[in-house]
Amino acid sequence: MAEASALPDALRAYGLLARTWVRVSMTYRTSFVILTIAQFVVTGLDFLAIVIMFANIDALGGFSLAEVAFLYGGAGVCLGLADLILGNIEHLGSKIRLGTFDAMMIRPVPLYAQVCADEFALRRLGRIAQATAVLAWSIVTLDLEWTPAKAAMVGYLVVFGTAIFLAIFTLGAAFQFWTQDASEAANAFTYGGNTLAQFPLTIYPAEMVKALTFLVPIAFVNWYPSLYILGRPDPFGLPEAFQFAAPVAALALGLLATVAWRTGVRRYRSTGS
Amino acid sequence: MLYVAVAVRAFRRYATYTAATLAGIFTNSVFGVIISFSYLAVWGQNPDAGGYDVSDALTYAWLGQAMIMTVAVWSGGATDDLAARIRTGDVALDLYRPVGLLGWWLATDLGRAAYHLVTRGLAPTLVGAVLFDLRYPAGPGTWLLFWLSVPLAVVVSFGIRMLVTASAFWLLDDTGVRNLQVVCAMFFSGLVVPLVLFPGWTRDLAMALPWAAFLQVPADIWLGRRAGADAWWGLTFQAAWAAALLGACGVVLRRARHKVVVQGG
Repeated sequence: MAEASALPDALRAYGLLARTWVRVSMTYRTSFVILTIAQFVVTGLDFLAIVIMFANIDALGGFSLAEVAFLYGGAGVCLGLADLILGNIEHLGSKIRLGTFDAMMIRPVPLYAQVCADEFALRRLGRIAQATAVLAWSIVTLDLEWTPAKAAMVGYLVVFGTAIFLAIFTLGAAFQFWTQDASEAANAFTYGGNTLAQFPLTIYPAEMVKALTFLVPIAFVNWYPSLYILGRPDPFGLPEAFQFAAPVAALALGLLATVAWRTGVRRYRSTGS
Repeated sequence: MLYVAVAVRAFRRYATYTAATLAGIFTNSVFGVIISFSYLAVWGQNPDAGGYDVSDALTYAWLGQAMIMTVAVWSGGATDDLAARIRTGDVALDLYRPVGLLGWWLATDLGRAAYHLVTRGLAPTLVGAVLFDLRYPAGPGTWLLFWLSVPLAVVVSFGIRMLVTASAFWLLDDTGVRNLQVVCAMFFSGLVVPLVLFPGWTRDLAMALPWAAFLQVPADIWLGRRAGADAWWGLTFQAAWAAALLGACGVVLRRARHKVVVQGG
């Protein structure tokens, strides 16, 4: 496979497979609509929980409800997009167990594109729509002083935050080449990362925030960009440059995920039965 | 005793998947830490929120993680196995057996719950105890009440899940109803935010729903927020829901027996 044509090939294959899965889900249109609305409501309860917390307090870690809503919406949109793009990669373990992964390996289509597009579920738009609604509400409520740079930062947050979650999903899946039963551990980083990033990081100890910056760079998903947009100085006194460093974190994590995935595929020896 | 044998085998079945259990314990612990810090922030602002103090809240966070799998808040367990058997028609074999469907699957689920309690219940609690300053039951009486409360919580959860599963006899696919139930269970069990924080009448409503038996009642007994007569009242609440739900399951399953058509092939 010539590396130069690999990426467009993979994207074309991914698009084709994803469209096929969308067509499949549209066969049962009512079911699709209900499941999408259900996703919207389910994730909405998540935010309702935060609203209930605020019924008892005025500020969480020094942040108002609207500011927490900004963090919540930012993290939610990024996780939702990553989940939409390759959410089913977390079922790699069961694909290996059932032998369907072997079938994917012998098809003349880039393997990673197949795994990502498998059972592509458009109903996940429900989660994205909910997070977007919360984000929009917070922007309207906050009455920020917008500059072109801040507006660009919102797009930047979504793009690189999603990229970081994509890398985390891939790392979690690659881990399953070694232990097929332990897929749940990945949830601690994906959904756990999302839950963690919904709150202002000021509620966590400083060491934990350092770990979230340098070790598992979840803080770059929404925390640092949000500090810039909300116009707040870094409460932990970390360099202001970090607010623009999400691409670095995304790139580093993406490289790590690529290496882990490739190593996993290379050492994969089928289940033998 | 047959049902004990069934429960013991269900326990052993779940015990096979060690890696899955360890991964689950890790994830529960991570979420326990995140929730603990969010509660620390809430109770740091309002030290008396919902009538809890900060140790109550932290303990509640970890009890919640311990109970997720034990009472199967996210559904799953024996009733999911039965749902699959209804879909495939294998349930015909279960209906042949000279044992009650309800008792058989309840025993299976209790065996599962016991396994999840000693692994995914105990281990994250130990992690929480190391990392945070938790509160423990005041004396042997409280421990006893708590250990009465936990199996009741499992039975209430089983009753709800069984009703959902039984809907598959009519709907063939219980996914929609199941998802709806999980949503209610997640929220009204107090897993995301303790029911004591709910404002005004929503709190009274949530406290009266069967999902309050999952976590809020056992946790209040553990914390001593329900003591003496109040604790017994909590157990009665759980037992009443358990009896009502199992009774409803009995009626529904009897009807299903007349309704079921086993497809060939």
